[in-house]
Amino acid sequence: MNPRKYLKVYTKFLHTSLASELEYKTNILIDLITAILSLIGSIFLLSIFFQSNGSIGGWKFEEALIIQGIYTILNGITNTWFNPNLTEIVKHIREGTLDFVLLKPIDSQFFISLKKINPSGFLEIMLGFCLLFFCIRINQINLNLSFMTLFFITIICSICILYSLWFFISTTTIWFVKTWNAIEVLRSFLYIGRFPLNSFSFSLRIFFSVFIPIAFITTIPSEVFLGLSQLWKILLEIIVAAVFLTTSRKFWLFALKFYSSASS
Amino acid sequence: MISNSINRKIITLLKVQYSNMLEYRVEIALWAISGIIPFFMLNIWTNNNLNESINISNIMLSRYFLCAFFVRQFSVVWVVFSFEEDSLMGKVSPYLIQPLNPFFRYFAQHIAEQITRFPFAIIIAFFFFIFNPESIWIPNLGILFLSIISTFLSFLIQFLIQSIVACLCFWTEKASSIERLLFIPTLFLSGLLAPVASFPEYVKSWIYFTPFPYLIDFPANLLSGNTTSVFGGFSMQILWIFLLFPVFRKIWSAGTKKYTAMGS
Repeated sequence: MNPRKYLKVYTKFLHTSLASELEYKTNILIDLITAILSLIGSIFLLSIFFQSNGSIGGWKFEEALIIQGIYTILNGITNTWFNPNLTEIVKHIREGTLDFVLLKPIDSQFFISLKKINPSGFLEIMLGFCLLFFCIRINQINLNLSFMTLFFITIICSICILYSLWFFISTTTIWFVKTWNAIEVLRSFLYIGRFPLNSFSFSLRIFFSVFIPIAFITTIPSEVFLGLSQLWKILLEIIVAAVFLTTSRKFWLFALKFYSSASS
Repeated sequence: MISNSINRKIITLLKVQYSNMLEYRVEIALWAISGIIPFFMLNIWTNNNLNESINISNIMLSRYFLCAFFVRQFSVVWVVFSFEEDSLMGKVSPYLIQPLNPFFRYFAQHIAEQITRFPFAIIIAFFFFIFNPESIWIPNLGILFLSIISTFLSFLIQFLIQSIVACLCFWTEKASSIERLLFIPTLFLSGLLAPVASFPEYVKSWIYFTPFPYLIDFPANLLSGNTTSVFGGFSMQILWIFLLFPVFRKIWSAGTKKYTAMGS
């Protein structure tokens, strides 16, 4: 492992994929409008939920907006990095081009998870941050250093969990070849992350924290944001993120043993 | 003679596509699972007693969301994604030579997929009834027949809209991003996530003039036995089909004139 080499390779990745994506400028504009409409739509949905109730699962409307903000940021990250790269794995395996990736003198997981970038996701990330700043104002949160560090730790853990989930499903392609729809299933489950965990019934809450830890992804960072979170929850999220990252790494190396190129 | 040959064409197309779709059973099962978002929404509604404000009982609401799930299952359209791939790969050229509009092929593909999907949707509904035994009901035959027709009309509207978008592939290379943009209002306004009856007044005043509530809300209300205007719904569905069909015809004939195969 040589971090400088990887950094250098990554800047090259950035350069090439940005250059090719910027060919489709109107596409980026349309994606921006899509992101804005999607945010408006989910706030609209939230306002329907709150039109007669003051709170849902103990969350007020202003507080639930924080979850939307964090969801938007994470969704932007998914669209920028995870989605374009990990759907590429499916193509690599189907066409047998994974051979070329494996032959390169660079870590294969690094290569396939960071090769491409979709700049339209940046706009979504910015949109999410704007919403968060707005939430800071309406919820009268005073920023201090310890709060900021805790928030960033939990957000990074969420990104790690999200990445592992995506990578985990994409890895199964090695056996099943076409897992495009498994990714759709994951996407539809992730949709739950837009709402506070407490608004679901007990059994679903268990399901979404044990089997698919969507609960950790948005609810805990939002709680930290409001200054409500207990220390054990943050520690638990760090542990879950670490477990997910190492498992997905191990799973990838395990799956590679079963990779038998195309047409062989 | 002529009707005989048309019949043969239809049957052959369906047979080919059905056997093709059966190859991808697992994919279609996964796709069916990815449509369970309405059930999560139902969970939020009933768990927070949100339905009290819109005067729909728990049972009626759960039937509504189950029907919304069904209507969505049988009105999913992805023609733009297939067409985009085919036109980028140059596969459209041989289709254009055949004495059959390529969209019939895609249409048969969708119908075959719905037939394949049917058992999986039934299994999911079966599990739904295990968890919500009080919401079991048997709609009478007339209602069932009408709602199947309205679901088909909803499918037809979406198919026409997407075909129009797909024809834009003749001018731009990435028409699917326009489809993703159009999907956002479909998602939030069609009644998949919340029944249109619960929308605030300022939306209800204009939404019935758009095609969206007739895509899921109207057929789902009809099937689940919630109040809806049967005559108004059907006439709006038919009106939209009559409006969209000439647009499709026009854009198709303009597009094929514009079409130049890749590499020519």
